[in-house]
Amino acid sequence: MYWKIFTSFAKIGAFTIGGGYAMIPLIEREVVTKNHWIDSDEFLDMLAVAQSAPGLLAVNISIFAGYKIKGVKGSIIATIGSVLPSFIFILLVAAFFTNFRDNKIVASAFKGIRPVIVALIVVPMINMAIRSKLTWFTASIAIAALILISFLGVSPIWVLLATALGAVSITWYKGYKQSKKNIK
Amino acid sequence: MIFFQLFYTFFLIGMFTVGGGMAMISLIQHQVVVQHQWISMNGFTDIIAISQMSPGPIGVNSATYIGYSVIHNLGYAKPLCILGSFTATFAVVLPSFLIVLWIAILFTKFKKNIWFKSILSGLRPAVIGLIGAAAVILMNPENFIEWKSWVLFGLAFISAKWIKANPILIIILGGIAGILIYS
Repeated sequence: MYWKIFTSFAKIGAFTIGGGYAMIPLIEREVVTKNHWIDSDEFLDMLAVAQSAPGLLAVNISIFAGYKIKGVKGSIIATIGSVLPSFIFILLVAAFFTNFRDNKIVASAFKGIRPVIVALIVVPMINMAIRSKLTWFTASIAIAALILISFLGVSPIWVLLATALGAVSITWYKGYKQSKKNIK
Repeated sequence: MIFFQLFYTFFLIGMFTVGGGMAMISLIQHQVVVQHQWISMNGFTDIIAISQMSPGPIGVNSATYIGYSVIHNLGYAKPLCILGSFTATFAVVLPSFLIVLWIAILFTKFKKNIWFKSILSGLRPAVIGLIGAAAVILMNPENFIEWKSWVLFGLAFISAKWIKANPILIIILGGIAGILIYS
């Protein structure tokens, strides 16, 4: 059983290229369709939690699904399974590439790749901004975060903490106003 | 001790990653490149490229790679570089492991929690800003060496945004363009 969990999640880790979202259909096939470990409603709930908890989507789903299948031990095994293939792959690349970085052809290839990578960060950001239907207020939070981090060198951690604090106080204030209304 | 620093840094990164691998890049960039200066901006961009082309989540890949490079750049031998890889990867996954496991155990209670929901919706715009900042910081003369770099940026942007080409294909084409232009 544990071995089956391990190989299923290793397969998921090994065959997804391009990040967490590409992993979802693969995970669904392994966990819901093939092995019937979790039903599809539960899978959707799990996805929502995995998306919102800190960390990486694919890893979070593995942690959650592993727990559902076989408790804490299952969770550990699923997590190791999903991380191990990329760990080994990257280790090989890192050991190999450090020797090849000074190669002239490799160096010129990377001169072309670098600007491309920046574009590949900008595009998901724009898509995310469109999807979340920014208002003037939320857009100004996004812009303030961008300026604080990139031009003023503030750590993203402080920006996140401040925003979380702001969100909590707004919710608290709304709840407070609501309860006052109810008393009247 | 460098391994403790590496552990602590990546533990923090793992704990504060909301909004996926791209948001994690912003955190890694600030901690590893700006603050500790373990890796150059150039080297960092290359690591993102390789992490994106490799199987697995980009956040795990870059943690593994950076763990290796940090120790390597300090002049240690290979086995210690592997230990560095392990340290960074373990540390980056550990916070989500603890948090998600805790949520999984208390699942039904958590789904209804209004504070949790409000924090999440409040963080979303900040995450967009975080990812934007990562991109802005990378738009430096090290990565954009001349006007042709901006042309490549524009072409990659168009292919990713409107043609919706596979990112790996775009990276490979960028590499080919680089070889044709610069060698």
